[in-house]
Amino acid sequence: MTASAAPASVPGSVDDVVQALAGESYVADRRLATVVLLALSLKRPLFVEGEPGVGKTELAKALARALGALLLRVQCYEGLDVAQTSYEWNVARQMMEIRLAEAAHQLGDAGARERLVASLYSRDMLIERPLLSALTQERSPVLLIDELDRADEPFDAFLLEVLAENQLTIPELGTVKAAPGAAPIVVITSNRTREIHDALKRRCLYHWVDYPEAAREIEIVRIRAPGAAERLTAQIVAFVQRLRALDLFKAPGIAETIDWTNALVALNTLNLAPENVRDTLGVLLKHRDDIAKLQGGELTRLLAEAQAVARGEGVAAAARADVR
Amino acid sequence: MFAENVVHFARVLRHAGIPVGPDRVLAALEAIEAVGVARRDDVHAALSAVMLDRHEQQPLFDDAFAAFWRDPKLLERMMAELLPKISGRREMNKQRSQRLADALAAPPPAAEGARREGPDDQVEFETAFTFSDRERLARADFESMTAAEFELAKKLAEEVPLPFAPVRRRRHEASARGVVDLRATMLAMARQPETLVPRFSRPRSELPTIVVLLDISGSMDRYARLMLHYVHGLTRRYLKVHTLTFGTRLTNITRALRHRDPDLALALASAQVQDWKGGTRIASCLDDFNRHWARRLLGANAALLLVTDGLDRDDHGELTRAAAQLRLFARQIVWLNPLLRFEKFEPRAGGVRALLPFVDRFLPVHNLASLADLATVLREAPAQRR
Repeated sequence: MTASAAPASVPGSVDDVVQALAGESYVADRRLATVVLLALSLKRPLFVEGEPGVGKTELAKALARALGALLLRVQCYEGLDVAQTSYEWNVARQMMEIRLAEAAHQLGDAGARERLVASLYSRDMLIERPLLSALTQERSPVLLIDELDRADEPFDAFLLEVLAENQLTIPELGTVKAAPGAAPIVVITSNRTREIHDALKRRCLYHWVDYPEAAREIEIVRIRAPGAAERLTAQIVAFVQRLRALDLFKAPGIAETIDWTNALVALNTLNLAPENVRDTLGVLLKHRDDIAKLQGGELTRLLAEAQAVARGEGVAAAARADVR
Repeated sequence: MFAENVVHFARVLRHAGIPVGPDRVLAALEAIEAVGVARRDDVHAALSAVMLDRHEQQPLFDDAFAAFWRDPKLLERMMAELLPKISGRREMNKQRSQRLADALAAPPPAAEGARREGPDDQVEFETAFTFSDRERLARADFESMTAAEFELAKKLAEEVPLPFAPVRRRRHEASARGVVDLRATMLAMARQPETLVPRFSRPRSELPTIVVLLDISGSMDRYARLMLHYVHGLTRRYLKVHTLTFGTRLTNITRALRHRDPDLALALASAQVQDWKGGTRIASCLDDFNRHWARRLLGANAALLLVTDGLDRDDHGELTRAAAQLRLFARQIVWLNPLLRFEKFEPRAGGVRALLPFVDRFLPVHNLASLADLATVLREAPAQRR
């Protein structure tokens, strides 16, 4: 297979997707890989929702790398408008053109004026922003619309045209449409801080990204924080998995697990102990109530459980190694 | 053959309450073609990506999927046995026709008298062995509205200002004064090159998203029904109204209230609410709200309308903590308290005292008996700009 010669080769099966993403250090479960495959083959936007820190944004980045495609990113916030996401007229240049036309006394007749207006609103007066440039590429780019829930509702409505028709209408200029083979691969992420309108979701493939199960999380941590000892990784993941089962205000995501592992490695930890967990808990939990909940016996209990599980897994891993 | 099954499966989902339109059936067929039918979990993932659009639908979908792809006939039989569905619909018709009859009849002598009574609808049982001795489950009956009530609720929502201050958005709108809008100015200049008339814009201000937390416990009995009618009117008028009821548990009835037909909306809401006229656990319900809903609903400068009498037998320390947390989430909190029957009210009840420091505005209602009373209160309390 000449994968390097054709970086844009689209994966043909679910296994291909798993492999392609794994090649970019992204460990996807089979479900997610299926949805990604569908997004690529049905050419539908992918709407990924989930708690913060479960790797939604990372998915788009890994996908872009795996496909060798350009990544265009729109970070959403309240009040986001056309000028920041799609296009903007180069007003300074337009003003200059008018002034020059005036100075050259070219505004005498109606025809000259028409020509001036046409030149003012021509394509090269347009400054492209991510949504527009997603439609003008020669090869399909990956368009990441990050944290759509932070934008306000009018922006959802505005996105509909881009998502459904792969086109953008600019009143002064006309409609810009993506070339048939170069429609953007759209990934929309949301943290669910508000409900996204059904009309928009209807046009997308929906996927809820859950916290990973222990085995996959260990694999992720191993790839993303390679400095940690095997035993420490197992302990950390077992502890975090137990933490998520508590009724916390904000359960730690995978991003937090990775950060925590890196923090512990930086502190030269080889083995989880109550003291170093307590000292670094702020990396994992970001709510005062959650941290308070873990003070006292709860932490020691969870830790003991986690260590027991990690030991069990260590034994199992050793057994597997023996068999090999 | 396979296509037929997918169509059939979609119909089953639709019956179960997941809206799967024909467009999604087509997409599902394409999706299955893309992933192949070799692996059951791939088909499951593909179908759920295409057919669902919120995480809450997943468990229902999983059950349906498991049952259907084992034996399509089995599920059909199961669906046929869901009799309550049918009786529910019949009941709805009855309620609808009641409003119709009401509307057609000569001016009713007493609109209130026409209200349907249905004591045998209510399922009440003691849950003595659960963790709380006060939790009593009862199916809600918000009753249908009389024609007069419906008109009034509609008018109220349209005419009476809300007790919330508008919030300033970051999006701009054209105005006579403000900052210069270069793009609009340019457009004007292009039309008339020899003139330079600057155009202006300013940040738009609009009503915030409104979240209504409605107490439906026993002590709020009379008012809850009334408030719900008002909130339905509000939901019809403004898109961004979310409603949750609480007594001993928290229920989100926003979707039910989005139905434009008031009887249907109230019937659906009634079907969802299970702690009608039971006890109150304000603290734990607020805590639940903080944990699971606040971050989803109170995102962009949202305003919270808390409707409760503040009578609660939970630990008041807990209540203080939950209210303080809520304070951090909501931009404005307005508390409508309908239980103040006396002119000279003093916040003596512990729950009231615990909540009071955390609300922006406290709207006591003396003897809220009708929607008209509510209108009076809201009219007297126009929102101040903050």
